Amino acid sequence: MDLFEHQARELFAEHGIAVPDAEVVRRPADARGAAERLGGRVVVKAQVRTGGRGKAGGVRLAADPVAAELTARQILGMDIKGHRVRAVMLARPVDIEAEFYVSYVLDRAAGTFLAIASAEGGMEIEEVAATRPEAVARIPVDPAEGVTEAKAAEIAAAAGLPPAVVPVLRALWRVLVREDALLVEVNPLVRTTNGLIVALDGKVTLDGNARFRHERWAGGEGEAGGERQGGGEGGVDPDMDPLEAAAAAKRLNYVKLDGEVGVIGNGAGLVMSTLDVVAGCGARPANFLDIGGGASAQVMADGLGVILSDPAVRSVFVNVFGGITACDAVADGIVRALESVTLTRPLVVRLDGNNAARGRAILAERAHPLVEQADTMDGAARRAAALAHAG
Amino acid sequence: MAIFLTKESKILVQGLTGAEGMKHTRRMLAAGTDVVGGVNPRKAGRDVDFDQRTVPVFGSVRAGIEATGADVTVVFVPPPFAKAAVIEAVDAGIGLAVVITEGIPVHDAVAFHAYAKKRDTRIIGPNCPGLISPGQSNAGIIPADIAAKPGRIGLVSKSGTLTYQLMYELRETRFSTAVGIGGDPVVGTTHIDCLAAFEADPDTGLIVLIGEIGGDAEERAAAYVAEHVTKPVVGYVAGFTAPEGKTMGHAGAIVSGSSGTAEAKKKALEAAGVRVGSTPSETARLVLDRLGKAGGTA
Repeated sequence: MDLFEHQARELFAEHGIAVPDAEVVRRPADARGAAERLGGRVVVKAQVRTGGRGKAGGVRLAADPVAAELTARQILGMDIKGHRVRAVMLARPVDIEAEFYVSYVLDRAAGTFLAIASAEGGMEIEEVAATRPEAVARIPVDPAEGVTEAKAAEIAAAAGLPPAVVPVLRALWRVLVREDALLVEVNPLVRTTNGLIVALDGKVTLDGNARFRHERWAGGEGEAGGERQGGGEGGVDPDMDPLEAAAAAKRLNYVKLDGEVGVIGNGAGLVMSTLDVVAGCGARPANFLDIGGGASAQVMADGLGVILSDPAVRSVFVNVFGGITACDAVADGIVRALESVTLTRPLVVRLDGNNAARGRAILAERAHPLVEQADTMDGAARRAAALAHAG
Repeated sequence: MAIFLTKESKILVQGLTGAEGMKHTRRMLAAGTDVVGGVNPRKAGRDVDFDQRTVPVFGSVRAGIEATGADVTVVFVPPPFAKAAVIEAVDAGIGLAVVITEGIPVHDAVAFHAYAKKRDTRIIGPNCPGLISPGQSNAGIIPADIAAKPGRIGLVSKSGTLTYQLMYELRETRFSTAVGIGGDPVVGTTHIDCLAAFEADPDTGLIVLIGEIGGDAEERAAAYVAEHVTKPVVGYVAGFTAPEGKTMGHAGAIVSGSSGTAEAKKKALEAAGVRVGSTPSETARLVLDRLGKAGGTA
């Protein structure tokens, strides 16, 4: 779950990192008052969870409150790389003397977190790393030790940052650990002309698996009391595709794609593989949907419901390998789902593994005119692709 | 022989008395696994009856090891308590901890992996189906009846269901050991660890390596194959159609920018001389083809 900049800013402030004075507004009319409270001259920044805001015109300086309202009006509603701007942050400008980069990221291969720091902040760190790798320090952090005074000093020295950033490096580590973040990034971290170290922009990605121990993540964007959350069950994320939102509300593991063959399967690996096999048959998958191990009638009905509400879907491929799940239970699930869902497009079912023969017999007996079976995953994918093109 | 798990393995189940723990302990026992005890501090001293035997419940992993000589633990403990359970097992000196639990916070996994690395415990998982050495032992949730008899194929995969699918397609050919290493961003045992173990295992003649989008574990595995593996390796990668920036079911299955793509993984594997199937069935055919060429010795 990626946070908005203004949410990252709040977290940084809570953990003792200096941030610019700022306010968030969602209506242009509110921008004038906010700018007045912030001293008149402000930076107006689009709040979207993607990079490249500056280049897209989503970050602009406004000289006074009237200009701030006008600028907010221009930026609110903009589309930046497919993300609609629903809020802008107005921030009091700071006088910058130097710009740095600092982050903690998960190093999957090493199984630990890595500090990345550079004295060349303000740009995309990937670009700096590509052109001048020696300007980017990468220091592994022992999770048991954390970022101690000595470790922070080591990171600062390796990157050529002034000793004044040491407390910020330590506070940023606390953000990572206490907030269960997978990424915290400050770019730029600036030194102002009066010698302060200020986090001017930030990015934080939270670990969805840690939701159970962070009550305040529960609310959705725009809801009272909790803006710190980017979709998933519970909250409704306005940036989310409506079908994905509907699926999330039913706790389905669904990702919308832009094809015409709906896919339901059990297990993330098998479903990813199913999408590829469908694509290999010259069709395009319309979605990823993993119904997991249990595959109850309710989950099957919910899944079919979401997929059939996608007007782009021309056929549906149900691909189940009964490992722990028995295929007869899956077939029962499909039959019962057909009682509550009106099937409007053809369904191709492939059942293999545990109790496959019984499962196939159950579907054969039900003999729904729009449901057909195939013996193999490849054969079923070919059939679903053909039906999508014929329909 | 097989890798990591043999018929000599004595297994504890942490969380045995929960619904999942009970269900899968029953299945493990049915597959001939030597499950010697369960661990639950609140139910210590009780016995749980299964068809094959009565399994005692211990108050701690240490007590379980002392009483039974257990060297493997299978962890079904729910996410909020999984970190403490794994660290307890490591402290008790267990040799192998198989962490089935899905949904463990990454910081917890990072902490217990780092802890285990400094000691002598191998962790498989989390968010994995475990491993099976057919005919010998089954530690986790892989359905043993897919391919019940031992063979000479070694299989390593991030995904449970793709493991089952490939085991099913190759059920006549059979396996020495199949390891599901898990779909989380950080796992204890990697493709490379399994490749090294299969290379050294006299019972394994051919290795199937299954990967999926996210991270660069497959690229690293490819480099390892080129450098260190003399046995034939057949590969499969899932997720060619996955869009950038979307998590595809497994927490670790995400393409970030241009990194972690299926295409890059396939290319890296092919450059290392690994034949990569475009579907699970084709992958199975490549295995059979390869075994045929080797005169059936693998």
